[in-house]
Amino acid sequence: MCSLTNSAEKEDMKIFLAASILERFKKAVIVQDRWKMYLEGLGNTIAIAVVAAIIGTIIGVCLAMVNYLNKKTGKLSILSKIANFYITIVRGTPVVLQLMILYFIVFVSWDNGMMIGAITFGINSGAYVAEIARAGFESVDDGQMEAGRSLGLSTWQTMWHIVIPQAVKNCLPPLFNEFITLVKETAIVGYVGIMDLGKIPGLIQSRTFDYLFPLLIAAVLYLAVVLVLTRILHIIEKKLSKGERRNGGALNE
Amino acid sequence: MNNQKPLIEVKGLQKSFGNLDVLRDISTAIYPGEKVVVLGPSGSGKSTFLRCLNCLEDPTGGEIIFEDVNIADPSVNINVHRQKMGMVFQQFNLFNNKTVLENITLAPYTIYSKQAVKDGKTKKQFKQECIDNAMVLLRRIGLEEKANVYPSTLSGGQKQRIAIVRALAMNPKVMLFDEPTSALDPEMVGEVLDLIKELADEGMTMVIVTHEMGFAREVGTRVLFMDEGVIAEEGAPAEVFDNPKNPRTAQFFKAVL
Repeated sequence: MCSLTNSAEKEDMKIFLAASILERFKKAVIVQDRWKMYLEGLGNTIAIAVVAAIIGTIIGVCLAMVNYLNKKTGKLSILSKIANFYITIVRGTPVVLQLMILYFIVFVSWDNGMMIGAITFGINSGAYVAEIARAGFESVDDGQMEAGRSLGLSTWQTMWHIVIPQAVKNCLPPLFNEFITLVKETAIVGYVGIMDLGKIPGLIQSRTFDYLFPLLIAAVLYLAVVLVLTRILHIIEKKLSKGERRNGGALNE
Repeated sequence: MNNQKPLIEVKGLQKSFGNLDVLRDISTAIYPGEKVVVLGPSGSGKSTFLRCLNCLEDPTGGEIIFEDVNIADPSVNINVHRQKMGMVFQQFNLFNNKTVLENITLAPYTIYSKQAVKDGKTKKQFKQECIDNAMVLLRRIGLEEKANVYPSTLSGGQKQRIAIVRALAMNPKVMLFDEPTSALDPEMVGEVLDLIKELADEGMTMVIVTHEMGFAREVGTRVLFMDEGVIAEEGAPAEVFDNPKNPRTAQFFKAVL
């Protein structure tokens, strides 16, 4: 008799808990169409990451190319010093401070927070991409440049047709890794009030007083994006490893 | 031969890397049709000498007169002159990201397509011309079936022969060979030397840095023996090989022959 009551109570308890969990989930997701907030945050996060990745790649490749050409021709020493200065400063200071400096000082009169966030991360990522691209350029054999120049191609023509394609190929995997890191790192743009995915849980909690599902959902969404990107990275790596063997297949006769 | 005008005239050529003087005051002339073989112990500066001829290494002093222009002058557009000087490297240096055919067509197409368009051809027509020309060259070395493969799938001998025809595709006036067989397996040396010999027989002017003494003797019309950054001895192969006047030359041939 006694045990029966106990088990019935347990059942009640379970139903109560389940109902309460369901209630919390509803509040976090369904009430007032809050699911839209996550999607909006996710969209903003991706937009910031994509723009930052583009800016970062352009800056990084340019910096690395300046250093590479300076090393090869000795003609860009001033530019190369500027590039190294930039890399040192950006890598030596926290990105949160860089964000606040750009947001509260440099672009204080510009109200496009998203764009400021993207620019910050582009500038920041550029310094890291520069290191990746430097390794990419250095992995290209010096003989490739010499062969191009010996045929009468200019430095730039040889860079464009021969060195850059090989450098990019060699550094695509670490470059893509940098983008994956970038997606997660952008979560700090919430510091200056930008509505990215990392900011959403706090917003929802301030209305529901419940962090559980908002945090879980945001985490799962970040994870999903990272997994998709990782998948793409694997496909790229596979394609690259095949690359130079295609068409032929005839190995040493 | 010496009453002809030299194709390349080297006057007081110097090259130093930092404090190291690799070439000290080299003067010589290379006449059309000559096959100049550059011999010498390692570290004597023979590769540096060759690489200075097309300014792949910038000379630190002296002049290189090629077709009446001092190409050692940094204000000269060196690219225009290099187009007429083919170079073959020890490590082949085929473009890894291009197929065999693209390796051969890249330079002629990239450099001359603008001119071809001015002359009223379409880019497509000119590209086809470059491809046809490349296929003729590939057929010549018996590698036309490799046109669309990447260099990583080729043997060393095949790579080097393709590197040679890649240089030929620019119709050079002179070919510079920097130890073209030193990185090859022994059984592949023959096919590369045969091709160079063929070119020599057709009258191509050549400067060859090599360690293949038999080949040097057979193909060379003149030998430059270099030691410690200067030309220690020069002359006809038979003379230099059999009756070296410089004791350093004699010592070298005693060691290698």
